[in-house]
This record gives sequence, C-alpha cells and structure tokens, in this order.
Amino acid sequence: MASAPAKLPAWVDIGLLPLINVALAFVVSGLLIAALGQDPFEATWIMLRGAFGYQESLGYTFYYTTNFVFTGLAVAVAFHAGLFNIGGEGQAYIGGLGVALAFLAFDQYLPFVLLLPICIVAAALFGAAWAYIPAYLQAKRGSHIVITTIMFNFIAASLMVYLLVNVLIQPGQMSPETREFAAAAWLPYMHEALGWFGWEVAESPLNLSIIWAAVCCVLVWGLIWHTRWGYEIRAVGANMSAAIYAGMPPARIIIVTMCISGGLSGFVAVNEIMGVHHRLLLDFAAGYGFTGIAVSLMGRNHPVGIVLAGLLFGALYQGGAELAFENSAFTPDLIVVIQGLVVLFSGALSYMLRGPAERIYMALAAPRAVEA
Amino acid sequence: MAEDFLLVILTFDATIRVSVPLILAALAGLVVERSGVIDIGLEGKMLAAAFGAATVAALTGSAWLGLLGGMGVSVLLALLHGFACITHRGNQIVSGVAINILASGLTVLLGISWFSMGGQTPPLTGHARFKSINLPGAEAVADVPVVGQLYSELLSGHNILVYLAFLTVPAVWWLIYRTRFGLRLRATGENPAAVDTAGISVIRMRYLALIICGILCGIAGSYLSTGHGAGFLREMTAGKGFIALAAMIFGKWRPVPVLLACLLFGFLDAIAIRMQGVELPLVGEMSVQFIQALPYILTVVLLAGFIGRAVAPKASGIPYVKEH
Amino acid sequence: MPVPGASASDPALELRGINKHFGPVHANRDVNLSVPAGTIHGIVGENGAGKSTLMSILYGFYQADSGKIEIAGRPTAIHSPEDALAAGIGMVHQHFMLVDNFTVLENILLGAEGGALLARGMASARAEVTRLEAEYGLEVDPDAEVGELAVGLRQRVELLKALYRGANILILDEPTGVLTPQEADRLFEILRSMRARGVTVILITHKLQEIMAITDNVSVMRAGEMVAHRETAQTTREELAELMVGRQVLLRVEKTPATPGAVVLKAEGLSYVDDAGVTRLDHVSFELKAGEIVGVAGVTGNGQSELLDVLSGIHSPDEGRLTVHERVIDHAHPCDPAEMRELNLAHVPEDRQRMGMVAPFAAWETAILGYHHDPAYTGPLLLKTNAIVDDTDGKMSRFDVRPPNPQLTSDSFSGGNQQKLVLAREIERQPDILLIGQPTRGVDIGAIEFIHQQLIEMRDGGCGVLLVSVELEEILSLSDRILVMFEGRIVGEVDGAAADARTIGLMMANALETDGEKTGQGAVV
Repeated sequence: MASAPAKLPAWVDIGLLPLINVALAFVVSGLLIAALGQDPFEATWIMLRGAFGYQESLGYTFYYTTNFVFTGLAVAVAFHAGLFNIGGEGQAYIGGLGVALAFLAFDQYLPFVLLLPICIVAAALFGAAWAYIPAYLQAKRGSHIVITTIMFNFIAASLMVYLLVNVLIQPGQMSPETREFAAAAWLPYMHEALGWFGWEVAESPLNLSIIWAAVCCVLVWGLIWHTRWGYEIRAVGANMSAAIYAGMPPARIIIVTMCISGGLSGFVAVNEIMGVHHRLLLDFAAGYGFTGIAVSLMGRNHPVGIVLAGLLFGALYQGGAELAFENSAFTPDLIVVIQGLVVLFSGALSYMLRGPAERIYMALAAPRAVEA
Repeated sequence: MAEDFLLVILTFDATIRVSVPLILAALAGLVVERSGVIDIGLEGKMLAAAFGAATVAALTGSAWLGLLGGMGVSVLLALLHGFACITHRGNQIVSGVAINILASGLTVLLGISWFSMGGQTPPLTGHARFKSINLPGAEAVADVPVVGQLYSELLSGHNILVYLAFLTVPAVWWLIYRTRFGLRLRATGENPAAVDTAGISVIRMRYLALIICGILCGIAGSYLSTGHGAGFLREMTAGKGFIALAAMIFGKWRPVPVLLACLLFGFLDAIAIRMQGVELPLVGEMSVQFIQALPYILTVVLLAGFIGRAVAPKASGIPYVKEH
Repeated sequence: MPVPGASASDPALELRGINKHFGPVHANRDVNLSVPAGTIHGIVGENGAGKSTLMSILYGFYQADSGKIEIAGRPTAIHSPEDALAAGIGMVHQHFMLVDNFTVLENILLGAEGGALLARGMASARAEVTRLEAEYGLEVDPDAEVGELAVGLRQRVELLKALYRGANILILDEPTGVLTPQEADRLFEILRSMRARGVTVILITHKLQEIMAITDNVSVMRAGEMVAHRETAQTTREELAELMVGRQVLLRVEKTPATPGAVVLKAEGLSYVDDAGVTRLDHVSFELKAGEIVGVAGVTGNGQSELLDVLSGIHSPDEGRLTVHERVIDHAHPCDPAEMRELNLAHVPEDRQRMGMVAPFAAWETAILGYHHDPAYTGPLLLKTNAIVDDTDGKMSRFDVRPPNPQLTSDSFSGGNQQKLVLAREIERQPDILLIGQPTRGVDIGAIEFIHQQLIEMRDGGCGVLLVSVELEEILSLSDRILVMFEGRIVGEVDGAAADARTIGLMMANALETDGEKTGQGAVV
C-alpha cells in the first residue's frame, strides 16, 4: 500500500492482530448464540467437551483436521505465489476420482504397499490436473484464476455426477456410488493401527492419512522456505517485477505452484475415499475446499498456523456436531456461520485494526523515542 | 405438430422462470463490477434475501413486505462487502467468500431457530406469495394457434417479479448509458483517478453501486422464495449466483448481452431434464450433467479468449488509493 | 520575495509561504509564487525539485502544511479537486486522466454533466465543445473513442475538459513529454490562443527551450524552494540552467584516467516498443568497453529505463542487435535476465524497491536474488541457508550495511543500506559488465561516497560500467564518456573530462542546436 507511516513490530503484525481478529469472530459468534436465546459459554463448553472430551471425539476432531490441513496447505501454497485458488473443492473431488480409478483398476491385484503410493500419486495427479487448466489460462492467457477455479468447481461437480450415475456406478445398485474397494486396500484406521501395538482406543474415522498430512506440512514448509523453488514461488507472489528481474519464469512458476496446490487438495480423497468411505460417492469433499480458505487465512499461510487453524476448525466441526446433538437449537450450520465470520474478520477485514494499532503503537512508542 | 409447438412454448416458459433470478443477479453483478468492485458474493446475497423475504412474508402475510425484507437483508450484506473492501481495502474475493459462507450458515441457523422446520420457512400461501398475473384476454386467446398460445402460455401467467426482472434490463441499460450516474459509474470502474480528478468521490460511487447490487440481488432472492417457490429451502439458490456471475462475464458486462446469456443459461437449465434419454441427431444422447455444466464451460472458454475477449472493467478488484 | 511585475494586470494566482513535508522530506519550503492574469508562466526545476508537489497542492490532492492560496485576489481554501475546479483551476496531468473506452464527449462531460440525464447535457456540451474547438483550434472528433486517439489528441481532450469547466487558470504538467515536436508546436499555438482569450497558463517543464519559446515569466525551483523569478525576455537558457542546477560544488571523485580495453557490450540500432505501442528506444547504438564508465544522462522518461531493461534481458529488442561478449541478441534471438547473468553481466536496477529486492524477504534472501541457482547457495534440493546467511554476513560487513543482521526483512533497512546490499550482491561476483541505474537515489551522503568509490574500483578492475542517472553531477563526476538520451535516442556524446553541466543540461532538453542533431542521427545499422 502507498501509505505505511508506522511500522508495527512483527509480534503485533503476525501475532497479536490476527489473534484479535479471530477473537472478534468468536465474540460475534457468541453474541449470535446469545441472540438465539442460548448461553454462549455453555455452548462453548459443550463444544470443547464434544471435540476433546473423550477418545472417539478426539478421533473425529483429528479426522476433520486432516482434511482442513490438506486444503489449507493447498490455499497457502497458491497464496505464496500470489494466486487465489478457490478451486480446492473441485480439485479434492477430482482427486477422489483418481483414487477411485486406481482402486478399481488395481485393488484386486496389487498389495497394499504398492496401492498406497499409487493412490496417493493418483490423488495428487488428478487434483493437479484440475488445477492445471485454470493455472495455464491465468499464466498464458490472463484469465482471472478466481473466476476460472470457481467455474471448475461446478464443472467438477457435474462431471462427477455424470461419471457416478452413468459410468462408475456399481451395476445393480441404486445409489450413485462405486463398488466398495477390497478391504485389503483400505488405509488402516488409527484405532486399528494403534491396536497393533496393543493400544486400545475408541473407534473413529481417523486413519493414517493424518500422518500423510503431517508429512505434507513438513514438505510444504521445506518447499516454501528451504528450496529455491519455494524461493521463486515467494518472489513471484511478493514482487513479480523483481522475479522477472531475477530471471525467473513467472508463467512456469504459476502453473507448477497451482499444480502443487491442486495436488494437496486432492489428498482430501486419501482421507475420505481411501481411509473412510472405501468407495467413491457424491459430494464427499463438500465444504472442505472452502474451509481451506479460512484455515489458510487464519494460519497466515504457514504450516504451523494451518495445523492450529485446522485443529480449531476440526474441533468446531466435531464440537458443533456434538452441540447439535445435545441442543436442537444448534445445527452444524452454526459452524458454517463461525467459519464465515472467521473468513470475514481474519481475511476481508484484516486491515481494519491496522490503522488503530499503528496509532496506538505510535502513541506508545513516540514518548519512548523522545526519552532515548 | 401442435403438441410439439406447445412443448416448445412450455420449454421457453420454463426458461423464463429460471432465468429471472439469473437476470437480476447478473445485472447486480454488472452494476457493481462496472464500479470496479468484484463481487463473488451474489450467491450469498440472493440466498440471504430469499430467506429474509420468506421470513417477512411468513410473518406479515405480505409478499410485498417480504420483498422489502429480502432487499434489506441483501443491501446490508452488500454494505458489509463495501465496509470490508472499500473502507478497509480488504481483499474483494475473500470478502465475497465470507458473505457466501455467512449466508449459507445464517439462513439455516436462524431458520431452524425461528421456525423449527429443518431450515425451511413456513409454506407461503395467499398474499404472502407473488401470484401469477393473467394478462388481459389471455384466457380468451388460449386456443388460437401459435399467437394465442404464445400470448397465453409464454407472456401471460407470470408473477410481477418476472415482468419486473425483464424491465430491469432496459432500466439498467438506461441507467448506465443514459444518466449522469451511469457515466460516473462506468468511469469509476475504468479509471478511478479520472473520476477523482473530476471532483467526484470514488468511494461514494462504489457504495452506491453496491446498494443497487444489493437491491437487485434482493429481488432475485425474493423471487426464489416468494414468487417461484412458496417458502425458503436451505441452499435454495443452488449456485445460481455463480451462474449469474458467469452470465455477467459471458455478456461482457453489457446489459443486453447479459440478458441473452442469462436466457441461454436458463434455457440449458430448462431443457436439461427434458433432454434426459433423448437421442439427438449428430451428437447422440446428451447428458444432463453436461448441459448443466455448459454455462461454466462456455464461460471458461470465453475467459480463455477463444470466443472473443471478455475484458473486465480495468480497475475492478483494485482498491482505490490516491497517489500523485 | 519580490515578484516580477511583467504585467500590469492583477495576479490570477498567488501562493504565499507554502510548506509541505512528506515525513522527513521538505518537499516545498516557503514557496511564493505570483502569476499575472492572462500570461503563460513557466515553472522549471530538476526532478524532485518540488514542482509537482506544489501543483498538487494547488489542485487539492495534497494539503499544504502551511501557507496561503489566493485566486484573483481572494483567499481560497482548496481541499479537493472539486474545490480547485470550483475556483476555476484546471489541470492537465502528465499521465492523462481520461477514460479510454469513453468517447471524447463523454470524457469532457464526466463531472460536469449538467443534469441527471445525459441527453440534454450531451447536446449542449456538443455545441459548446464545437465552439471551443473552433475558438482555440483544438480540433478533435467528439465521438471518437479516446483510447483510439493519438497522444497529442488525447491531450487536447484534457484541454477541452478544463476549458469546458470554465477554467481560467490552467496547469500543464510536463505537457510535451509525450508529444512529437510537431504536436508540441501545435500545443503552443493553442496555449497562445488561450492566453489571448484571458486564460492564465502555468507550464511545468524541464525543457528550457519551451520556456524560452512560449512563456512570459518563469520561476525556478530547486530542492523544494523557489530560487528565482524572471521575465522570460530578460533571461537566457544558460542562466536558467545554472539556476536549476545550482552553483553547488561538484563532488568530483578521485580517479585516474580510464584505460578502456576490449568492447564488452555493443548496441547496434536497438529499438524497443512498449506494450502500449510507444517507441521507447529509437535506434540506440553505442559501445561499452572494459575498464570505463559510460554515463547515460537524460530527463526521466526519455528511454533510459528501457535501455537498462533491454540490456539486462528483461525486454527483448524489437529491432537492432545487442552483442554481449560473443552472444548476439536480437528480436529473433531473445535473452532473459538469467542468461545475461551467466554472461557475467550484473544489473543494479533503478528502482530497487520495485525490482532489486523483495520487500518481505529477509536480507539474506534478497542478497541472492537472481543468483539463487548458484551451487554455492543451493544444493540439489535445499537452499544452503547457513552458507547464504554467512555469505550475506560477509557482504554486510564489507559493504557496511547497517544493521548487519541478515535475518531482518529487506524493507526494514534504510534506502542507502538497501542499495549497499543490492550493490554487494551484484558487484562482488566481479562481473565484466555492470549496468547500474540511479545508484544513489534516496541514499544518504556518506553512502553516496562509498557507492561512487565502489564503481571506480569496479572500473579500475576492468569492468565495463554503464551508469544511468538523473543526477547530472553524479554522471559528471564518475563518467569517462557521457551519452545523452532524449526521446529514446542518443542525442549526444561528450567526453567525461571535457563535459560541463550546462552543455549536458541543454542536450538533455534537446536544446543544443549545434551538432546535437548530428550525433543523434545515423545510428541505424
């Protein structure tokens, strides 16, 4: 921006202000709950207990978190290159197609140790392919990537309905789903995996894909901050002129970055299809792609922040479900509203407190400067 | 033959009905983008307006008060967009996403809290709905082949909001091309610095455009719940806001082409179901999903520059900062 | 301050004691100005002298910190362009404030529509514009789309806009910067006809020949101050050039005569047309030899930036040939900045904020920009962060970058320290060719000396240095040869030792009619 009179210290800029913004979102949520005639503190308590209170709930919380980490990382990677990928929804959906096709082709023949990498690669490739076209159009033809990725979300939805209804449906079945994959090919649940080590935990959909999510966090962190490709991605995102001056090819970087982003979105399918549903079905990715935007914004596009934000949203999803179960005044839609408020305050209104913060900081800093 | 003709007329009749919200929302998007503000929150505003209109109509029994309620809700969301993007120079895309998510959650949350009907509003009857208007003589000429059928089936028998939507097209055209406001609006979206140096407030122009956008999205949403339907259903906009966005781009930000794009997309929607299992010459059986995806595919092809060039207003998406 | 009494008429405009600060910069310092009604008044000064700030205050973009404005003898508060327009002030900006996809008439009408509906305003505007066009000789088709018009015609639209609003004080900011000489002549005729009808014209320009040709009075600004007022008839170009540049002592840098070696870079008839279709480089030819500093002088916007862009591989030439060592670059054989670096050509860009660094990057990240593929900095997979940080540490201490902390973000350093960091990055690799633009822009005095010393050392080490600067003094004190650019052409070449500011200044304004033209010609290969 043109005017940057005062420079805030980093801890205010990337620590305090984002926290205040999130806090504002929750204060407004609390007011809303109060307006519905409910007790916001009690609701918070139920949600906390519902999200973290017992083993099964923890499993659910982490299961949701896994999806949010994937989509949050996807949005963040694109953001570092100055791109707004709001097509995570479609890319995750198409990633599911990749996983399903790999399973349908190989699950009878190949052992799990081969199927696992094939499916992970398939999810990434299909997700990346769905991001490639908008990326290419942005890089080479200047088509606005926000609009094209929105359009691709809808095209993905239609494509998947078509494929599931007409092509991939299990013969003789009414609901548009593929056949169930061979059980040997399933990604083990966490309770199963821990059981091998003699640790009994409650059943939940949490599966080993959470380990892959953790690996992805490390990989993204390494890529963005410790490789020259990440260096180029950040340079293109922060200062296109400087990137060109430095001899970087912007079009190629845009396309590759979007493909990485799409691939990360595709991993939602590893969790959902390979880990939980074991078949391809309609709308399995619904909402995760968009929530990824909130996760990334809240996590300031950094894997650590994304894990924390993903955990928060995972807890909200699971705690919200629990809340809806205990008190019929709440539906999971409360979570959607809170999510919207987080996007609003952490994203759209993120500059709102900057001016006042700068003035306060100047007022506090100025006398000190005079003394010194 | 006569039956085929009736079928064609009925298809066009359905086209008109599904096109109405598209036309209103696309024109809303047109006005606001012409001022240089990107709004991907058309969907959310429409949805919130549908809920607002149905709620007020259910409580008061008046469709007209419902319409006012719908417009009010939609304008408030538009002003929120302005507060974030114009006043605080926030990211316009992020703000639009926030509004869509908020509308999606709030409509159901409040609906359940107020009406306990699983997110729906009570069914609207009587004056709480906009009723079909039979144009004079429609009954009398219904049996006259072609002309009579056209009149009675296609032109007559819609509710007032349908006629209003079609009148909005020339009205918006007139507003942006024939009035002082329109001249300033178009200039604001192309070169806000020129507007500023001419002594006109860019911020004021953009807020005014957002208010108009809110009103039009409000009518679109009200139509869905109090005209076309008889109450609010969760997610009842079902992506229409995005199809409207696509139509706005497809019509290259000009009212008449936008109208045609909306009719085209509405037509695709109307025939999608009828085409199920129908063998067409040359192409064979068309899948419903392909027809449903066609508006989005066409828009991407257009954006890619393969069929003409869709050039957005130059300043759209960029917060205005005085720099001299 | 005494004000010239060239005209018996009352002043149309008076400024008294105008002050304006931007942070630590005192952009206008106690500026006084009196412009007699119905005259053409020139304001000259170098880049950054404060002319544009003063006019922006007059047009309501900025508020003065202190001072008074009187229009036709009445104190007038101007808080916005609206106020300025109401006071009868019109302004033609350097970058036109026109809506490209509007017609001429629509542009003129914007903000002065004469009613809520366009039809009536449009009709009366058409009549009025036709009248104005005839009266002032401002022919332009009212129904043409502005984006389709040539630059000179667009400027007429700006003039019509101002006249249509009834402006009787018209400010023109560098109006001929984008015009051909013929268009400029037409503009002057129009300005004279305006004066004849009582309009007061304020002309801001660098070009002394324009001042001499058209103004009645002239005021000179330097470093934010109004240093002189003259009656044009009683001054000379030479005097004005001296006043503009000032009589500051030249900071001559100690240096021995150059011993140029082989040609390292050769430009033959280089032309470059930008995206808007404007020819930015017009058949530029020159040679750069090892062990010499060639200075490129010129008023901003005469093709120097584009010259650097083409020479560094950011843009490819549309015509002509560029030879760097053995590599030949032309339209069919483009080059990119990465390859140029491999050819051992380094580039310190004019605008380090926009190009030379990435603001949110840590200093160590900015310190490898463009060299991030170097195996010293990156392994097969990971950046060698520790090695880079150590390397940056070394650069920072050798170039005295303060604070010497490679982890700080690039934008947290002062301008001079940023520049030293960029300079360290580019010259520590011992390039054969160094392109450097505005090496000391926004840099404090101490750092200036240091940077100049580095450049001389580079030269003495056998590097061919091409120095682009709008600071004439810098060019004069460092260069072994000086090229002068004007409108994308090289209009003169002067030996560094024999050069003086006045001659170069006149060449920069293309006002030296002796053999400046001759040198400018014949570069086509």
